[in-house]
Amino acid sequence: MAIVFKKTSVLTDTIMHYCPGCGHGIVHRLVAEALEELNLQDKAVGVAPVGCAVFAYRYFNVDMQEAAHGRAPAVATGIKRVLGPESCVFTYQGDGDLASIGAAEIVHAAHRGEKITVIFINNAIYGMTGGQMAPTTLVGQRTTTSPYGRDMEHCGSPIRMSEMLATIDGSAFIERVALNSTANIQRAKKAIRKAFETQMAGKGFSMVEVLSTCPTNWGKSAVESMDWLESSMIPYYPLGVKKEV
Amino acid sequence: MAMVTINEERCKGCGLCVRICPKKIMQLSETKLNSKGYHPAEVTDMEACMACAACARTCPDVVIQVEK
Repeated sequence: MAIVFKKTSVLTDTIMHYCPGCGHGIVHRLVAEALEELNLQDKAVGVAPVGCAVFAYRYFNVDMQEAAHGRAPAVATGIKRVLGPESCVFTYQGDGDLASIGAAEIVHAAHRGEKITVIFINNAIYGMTGGQMAPTTLVGQRTTTSPYGRDMEHCGSPIRMSEMLATIDGSAFIERVALNSTANIQRAKKAIRKAFETQMAGKGFSMVEVLSTCPTNWGKSAVESMDWLESSMIPYYPLGVKKEV
Repeated sequence: MAMVTINEERCKGCGLCVRICPKKIMQLSETKLNSKGYHPAEVTDMEACMACAACARTCPDVVIQVEK
């Protein structure tokens, strides 16, 4: 029998600590497969964030570095500049990490046109710290710090990072994808590949924003979460390529 | 003939494979429990499986292998 699908060797055999149905596992696999397909495993250095994906270094079979909260793009900048254009440096960050405390770092990494790839997981909530409101939390969405739903008058509207970074000259490839269907998962994989290719071609900063789920903090089952992603998140965060040079 | 192998010990019973299977032949086991206390996913009708691997691609814990 021929193998149709098998776990990639770029993922370790460590059991992931993520909650059942968490999108992180899917994105980890997509990143690992993209690195394998592009034969970048030995050249890759990943930077793990603070957040649920803090243990990402246990799951990727590549060199990894942990960074302070939100500072992964700054750490990745240093690694890329030391190792040079042959290396493939990526950060893996959540929305609490990238869009909130790390907003300055991500904007300036893009602004400088750093040749790194950012994998940005947007699940509209802080996961690890217990489901607080993030800058990406949708209007009306209930979290532990917005128990009556996010109020736009008080907290503003959710930030669209991809669109914002696409306006910066230094960014070379930015796409938003989602995990809600097989087709979208395949598109996500293609986007991640494209982002790595953009980096290796030395074109500039690349980022893939992945709309993901947080069943535990959303208070939904894994299946309900995917349906909510489809019905609520995608209309506010439109999918597609935001920038390509 | 397709063959889907599920590593039941590592399955967390999230049900995403059940949601995405186009043939609707996945279910969470009603009789089995793994050592973490999850009901692992299982295929109800292997004959109907077309080895599209949609289940494997949506599995967050990468516990499904598909052969054809």
